[in-house]
Amino acid sequence: MVSESVDIVNAFALLTNFVILPAIAYGSQLALGALAVTLVYSVLRFSNFAQGDSMAFGTMLVILLSGYMIGRGWTITGIPTALIVIPVAIIGMAVYLLTMDRLIYRHYRKIKAKSITIVMSSIGVMFITGGIVRFVLGASAQRFEDGERFIFSVREFKAFTGLEQGIALKTSQFLTITIAVLLVAFLFYFLQKTKTGKAMRAFSDNKELALLSGINPDRVVQITWLLVAGLTTIAGALYGLDKGFAPQQYHLLLLPIFASVIVGGIGSPIGAIAGAFLIAFSEALLTYAYKKFLIYLLPLSMHPSSLVQLIGTEYKYAISFVILVIVLLIKPTGLFKGKVIVDE
Amino acid sequence: MAYLEGNSLVAAYGTVPILHECSVEVEKGELAVIVGPNGAGKSTAMKVLLGMLEASSGSVIFDGQDITHLSTQERISLGLAFVPQTKNVFTSMTVQENLEMGGFLRNDDITHTIQEVYDLFPILYEKRKQNAGELSGGQRQQVAFGRAMMTRPTVMLLDEPTAGVSPIVMDEIFSNILDLKNSGRAVLMVEQNAQQALNIADKGFVLVSGRNEHIGTGKELIANPEVRKKFLGG
Repeated sequence: MVSESVDIVNAFALLTNFVILPAIAYGSQLALGALAVTLVYSVLRFSNFAQGDSMAFGTMLVILLSGYMIGRGWTITGIPTALIVIPVAIIGMAVYLLTMDRLIYRHYRKIKAKSITIVMSSIGVMFITGGIVRFVLGASAQRFEDGERFIFSVREFKAFTGLEQGIALKTSQFLTITIAVLLVAFLFYFLQKTKTGKAMRAFSDNKELALLSGINPDRVVQITWLLVAGLTTIAGALYGLDKGFAPQQYHLLLLPIFASVIVGGIGSPIGAIAGAFLIAFSEALLTYAYKKFLIYLLPLSMHPSSLVQLIGTEYKYAISFVILVIVLLIKPTGLFKGKVIVDE
Repeated sequence: MAYLEGNSLVAAYGTVPILHECSVEVEKGELAVIVGPNGAGKSTAMKVLLGMLEASSGSVIFDGQDITHLSTQERISLGLAFVPQTKNVFTSMTVQENLEMGGFLRNDDITHTIQEVYDLFPILYEKRKQNAGELSGGQRQQVAFGRAMMTRPTVMLLDEPTAGVSPIVMDEIFSNILDLKNSGRAVLMVEQNAQQALNIADKGFVLVSGRNEHIGTGKELIANPEVRKKFLGG
């Protein structure tokens, strides 16, 4: 036991364990979802309301495939089976998204429908997708994590550092952060350096001129859905590994994801990532109960008697909303100068 | 027979007739200008030449070949290039990337053609890593020309290249257009600034209500009292 009443190290160990690490992981998951929304918005020119439920669909594929693998005993010790089946799940997700595009969105592109019309149809896709997921897996929550749960646990950390407060790094958090960094690096490399990626940006920048340059619009659309399938499945699987899978939870993710995109600046990939972390940290910092943290930092006479929680966790979605409203009032283009949506 | 010619073109937007037996043509190494009042069908004539609008009668001949029924993309791969009036660069992409996108359809090495563009417009080489949207009006137009040059076209069609720019920039753009012509390409452009355009043109077409009102060399048209009175402000 540390004798002095002000104990900064333990206070920040506590904050790291309960706020910073979870927020980084959650922010990474939101960022991947927000990037998927940004890609669809930039290339296909509509806000995809089906994003949250698509993530549920991708996670459903991961759960089904990993369940099958575990049932057969095809697992690798220490590695979550979900991770191994993700590539196959991405293929399934891509097939689903391309089918939806072929059946629904392509029609609206052909008749040059207004953006709002396509948005409405994406709400339809959202209900269909959510329905399929609930039909297959049921509406209740479940966990599908297997393998080693921690990279290091609170107990190991305490034994190693001798601190009173421990920090645990969950496997799911570690995987989330690592994979998100790699995926974002790949995405930016793809968009900035490859011919196909540049063609996607050109198409997004100026459709008419892209056509005049011989860029094939159908191919750009297909590649966009493939990238979206990858981002969506991985975002969904990582979120599920971290927090468990529940269809309703995924459906509600749409709000923080949209908030991330708008806060960061619509159509800006960097903005989507920044927005995602802003939302994640706001949620974590505002809903955390600071009582224990303050006890470490304040002299005995000033110890709080209440929980010192600014907002109850049940209101965390309201935080996205409030940030969204503030940004739209003060800086409608978002942090990274995105577009302001006007119906053309 | 001229290198590119549109013969007796008739075209309409929906049910609104725009072109009535209008003919235009341009030779290699020549600059031809289409002038005329607003709504005369100047841009429409260009769209028909490019296949962006179907002609209900008449023909488009390119290098002796009838291309009346080819798609825009097919015409571009044959050697036609088009620089639209507005939104003619990818503003969020660098100058270099704009040129790369211009050569999107080519599978061979495009660095040589990019170098050609930089030789013609040296300022673009300096600004190659800058976004096209950050450039001045004149430089942007050079990017637009450069992008169109990437398919190594033999004919370049320019839609009002000097629309909305200052007189100084206009002179700069016209001199760029002469460079394009002097490099052996055929250049056909639609222009609002009739006087200046006819000054540098080898050939001019005055269009009124979708019909050829006058045809002649640039100098002839400027000298023509009727053209002067009606279109050049006396």
